[in-house]
Amino acid sequence: MIHNNLFDRYYATESPLHRLSPSVKVLLTVFFILSNALLPDGHWIGFGISWAVIFLLNWVGQLGWGYTFKRSFIALPFALAAVTAIFALPGKTLAEFDVLFWHLLATDAGLLRFFSIVVRSWLSVQVAILLVATTQFPDLIHALEHLRLPRMLITVIAFLYRYIFVLSDEVLRLLRARQARSAVLPGQSGGGTVFWRAKIAGNMVGQLFLRSYERSDRIYNAMLARGYQGHLRTLNRHAMHTRDWVILILSSAALLFLQIFTHF
Amino acid sequence: MLYSPTPLHIPDGFLSLTVSIFFWLITLVVLSVAVRRTEKLDEKQVPLMGVMAAFIFAAQMINFPVAGGTSGHLLGGALAAIMLGPWAGMLVMTSVVAVQGLLFQDGGLLVMGANIFNMGLLTAAIGFGLYKAAEGRTRAVKLGAAGLGAWLSVMAGALFASLQLWLSGTARLDIVMPAMLGIHALIGLGEALITVAALSFIFRTRPDLLDESKNAAQGGRGWVWVGGLVSLFVVFLSPFASAAPDGLERVAINAGFISTSADAPYSILPDYTLPFLGETGLSTILAGIVGALVVGVLVVLLLRGRAKATE
Repeated sequence: MIHNNLFDRYYATESPLHRLSPSVKVLLTVFFILSNALLPDGHWIGFGISWAVIFLLNWVGQLGWGYTFKRSFIALPFALAAVTAIFALPGKTLAEFDVLFWHLLATDAGLLRFFSIVVRSWLSVQVAILLVATTQFPDLIHALEHLRLPRMLITVIAFLYRYIFVLSDEVLRLLRARQARSAVLPGQSGGGTVFWRAKIAGNMVGQLFLRSYERSDRIYNAMLARGYQGHLRTLNRHAMHTRDWVILILSSAALLFLQIFTHF
Repeated sequence: MLYSPTPLHIPDGFLSLTVSIFFWLITLVVLSVAVRRTEKLDEKQVPLMGVMAAFIFAAQMINFPVAGGTSGHLLGGALAAIMLGPWAGMLVMTSVVAVQGLLFQDGGLLVMGANIFNMGLLTAAIGFGLYKAAEGRTRAVKLGAAGLGAWLSVMAGALFASLQLWLSGTARLDIVMPAMLGIHALIGLGEALITVAALSFIFRTRPDLLDESKNAAQGGRGWVWVGGLVSLFVVFLSPFASAAPDGLERVAINAGFISTSADAPYSILPDYTLPFLGETGLSTILAGIVGALVVGVLVVLLLRGRAKATE
């Protein structure tokens, strides 16, 4: 059985967002993230408007109001790296700390910067979630092809997506086999040293490599047998309709307007 | 959870636009060369790279318990480059990073150029370069070179990620760099162990895949220089940046990354004295040497154990 639910982030339903051309969605996602990056530090109105737009898009996409928010916590651990921004900017000193070797001055400018970075990143993650929730991954790949990304890279990504499911099942089998042979008697410690465990994991990686390598041979032969000519084909034409153009132009203009509004 | 994010995937919002675009440009230039070089090889390369990308993705799910509920797993850049050659390895890692960013939001889109550079291009160059340097030597030397390459590739990624964060005004260099390098010295140890074990497994079962005469087309001796130079850069820049952040800042200003205007986006406080900096620089050098020694000793021990087991 293929566990495709492990990796599929698509939310199957009917909505105007789902029907929009994938190329337009990819472009608007990039523009939106660009716009987030350009919002000035501490412009809470600008951040608020962007957040409200995402909230609204959740509803337009029939995902339920909190869909992207609930899934947006993945980037938060990285905020740890930005914590040091609090101590990096000159400004009014709010507090002082001495940690190990470091003498740290928390400034108001630094704090403002930290929160702006976290909000920007939070907004951008939600936009990206919105894209994959409303676009099937094969459509996304073809959209990238229409946007003139190198065809070879796109084909590799398409293969990657196709075989993640197969190879992750292979991994699940390997992990299950290891678990089945790793029984521990009660009261005894098992599992050997860390190095031994790392070596076993390495052997499993080597095993997985060989299985993948041999599989790719079979895949290539099968593809040749069916007339492979160097790239993958699609039946979806991905033609841009008037509606798509109108939405692309209007939304880009709105993002541009948001930038002008926040900068002047 | 089967899919565990690593602290090297920078999300959107953490890098400034200048830094993001700069690294996108470098990445695009290198990738366009990689695409042209790989297209020259037979068309069988494309499905092979695709399945290998899925392999790296799946291999990252294989973890091993370390201590206190944490576990280590593979990043795979060095392994991919050693098995497939540097150009193909770069393309494979690029698609892995791209899918992680697109599908799982693990790493941003605007900053993807930087992420691909850190985790795909650097790792492949170092991993392949050091492995190639051991060409014609015994299997043990090759495995040692691969282990060192794997450790250094992770360190290089961590070094560049902290430099990018610092240039963007997101983090303070004197904190983020020791922190990132410290964590990744350990993560890199796991990387080195798994890479060496996986390679020695392949050496035992399918030595033909690692046959030098067959793999000569993957990349020439020039990669030894590329990998060596990048490694030297990592080994020397880490202590230098910790010992003299002001010097590094001067370089960054001259290169146009940090503006010198009054309201500079980032500047170390003028009255900020750091009496410990000499020590930190020294300790970073020491950490680097100790780390390299530890990796070397571990590799030797592992090989001994293997040799005994086969006797």
